[in-house]
Amino acid sequence: MSAILELDHVAVTLGGREILHDVDFTIEPGEFVGLIGTNGAGKTTLLRCILGLLRPSTGSVRVLGASARHGNRAIGYVPQKVNVDPDTPLRGRDMVALGLDGHRWGMPRPSARKRGLVDDALRAVDALAFADAPFGRLSGGEQQRLLVAQALLGEPKIVLLDEPLSNLDLRSANEITALVANVARERGVAVILVAHDMNPLLPFMNRLVYLANGRSVIGPVRDVVRTDVLSALYGYPVSVLEVDGRVIVVSGHDHDHAHHEPQALSFV
Amino acid sequence: MRTTNRRPCRLFEDASVRTALFTGAIVAALSGALGYFAVLRRLAFVGHAITDFGFTGGAAAVLVGLNSLWGFLALSIAGALAVDRFSMHARERDVATGIVLSFSLGIGALLLYFSTRFVSEPAALLFGSIFEIDPHVILPMLAIAIVCLSGVVILYRPLTFATISPEVAAARGVPVRALGTAYMLLLAIGVAESAQIVGILLSTALLIGPAASAAYLTRRPIVALAFAMIVAAAETILGIVLAYQSYTWPPGGKGWPVSFFVTMLALGVYLIARAWHPATRARRVPRTSIAA
Repeated sequence: MSAILELDHVAVTLGGREILHDVDFTIEPGEFVGLIGTNGAGKTTLLRCILGLLRPSTGSVRVLGASARHGNRAIGYVPQKVNVDPDTPLRGRDMVALGLDGHRWGMPRPSARKRGLVDDALRAVDALAFADAPFGRLSGGEQQRLLVAQALLGEPKIVLLDEPLSNLDLRSANEITALVANVARERGVAVILVAHDMNPLLPFMNRLVYLANGRSVIGPVRDVVRTDVLSALYGYPVSVLEVDGRVIVVSGHDHDHAHHEPQALSFV
Repeated sequence: MRTTNRRPCRLFEDASVRTALFTGAIVAALSGALGYFAVLRRLAFVGHAITDFGFTGGAAAVLVGLNSLWGFLALSIAGALAVDRFSMHARERDVATGIVLSFSLGIGALLLYFSTRFVSEPAALLFGSIFEIDPHVILPMLAIAIVCLSGVVILYRPLTFATISPEVAAARGVPVRALGTAYMLLLAIGVAESAQIVGILLSTALLIGPAASAAYLTRRPIVALAFAMIVAAAETILGIVLAYQSYTWPPGGKGWPVSFFVTMLALGVYLIARAWHPATRARRVPRTSIAA
């Protein structure tokens, strides 16, 4: 099967500033890929290009062989957070159902088929227990599960998750990552999970895209998260440290700058 | 004699009064439906400001000899679209609304100065009464309200999506920005119409009151929408009936304002809903929290 997502030398300039310089990678069907980069590396800009909300200045983005376009049903999107007041009349399952038919005109017509599909998606993310509670009163992890279920309802071929872990504590972050990996494997869906910390993704990632300096490197963790590769990407020396099975990327070589406090680029 | 003439049963016998009541109920239902989205989209202040734009339009229409409704509609729409145009983000919207609002009221003050006919009935415009509406505009009002209600029905799902989760909706191809503008247009028309019934100062009561009450009573979106519409219509009908009854109340010879009854009913429903709320929450589904 051919690639599900191809980025061909993508550059994006916004307001005179070049956000992405040369991003080039390909994602295969069913892959779990982490998109890693520090704040301001252009991760969100890249996602907007894939979603067709932003056109690259040069290069091309192709989804399932066709040019990226706005509203492509092949892509499921999970935002970082949805701000819903605690008193908003909206149950968890109402939020999920928006993924099924929220884009259609008119009033929703309840049906057994629709309810079945919503229940299936809720079951897939283990959210049936709190599906009838008001969305705005659920915890960050519970809300995130429902947003994953919402994205799955469009039967996408690829799911983009924009920093889904950044508002979660470590345990919830690990649970959500495991859940997304399982659901994606069961349904044969490719995943791009955006994060500034790669560690929760290490057990699940097939490959990772490391974004820095407007450019990207893609590959298995062992081939990308290396002092030489990342130093070349950043354009200045960085070190990759392993502490208790966790990976930390810091600027500067420790032996050269022992008197410097190393600045962490990728946090544990 | 007046006491027997003013019984509610007599009220419903008169065809023109029946039309007024029906129109009032439909306009109020539209207001309730628009209010449901106004609460979700945090547009209570904009909803109120639109009436002030409309006030200037009403003054201008009277000055050139038209029914105030038409000027009201024209400037409500213009003001709402101006606010929409100048506010890409919620934070800018407050400021944009304030600026358009004061500009509009300034022009309105000048128009009032020029118009003597308008000044003779300022209370009617500010506090409104369906009994004082020109019978010739009742049917157009009804038609416009029904068209707008159809608009709300057509926009319901994508507008809900765009309101709750604009990022995901945009990714799904929902025209988020255009829907926001379409909603503003409907809001302007709905508010201009309800201002004819309860007055420009109090139309916010019909817009926000029922929708805010609904949020305390149900967690289902469709039920909240239906509740807001039905309660707004019921408050209006009851308000009109009570106003009709009040001809016999002190000081006599003159009915109490419809807007007084409608706003008191709106407040009453809101307070009861609020009081009810903790019980609703206690019955919520037990949580199996995955967060620490």
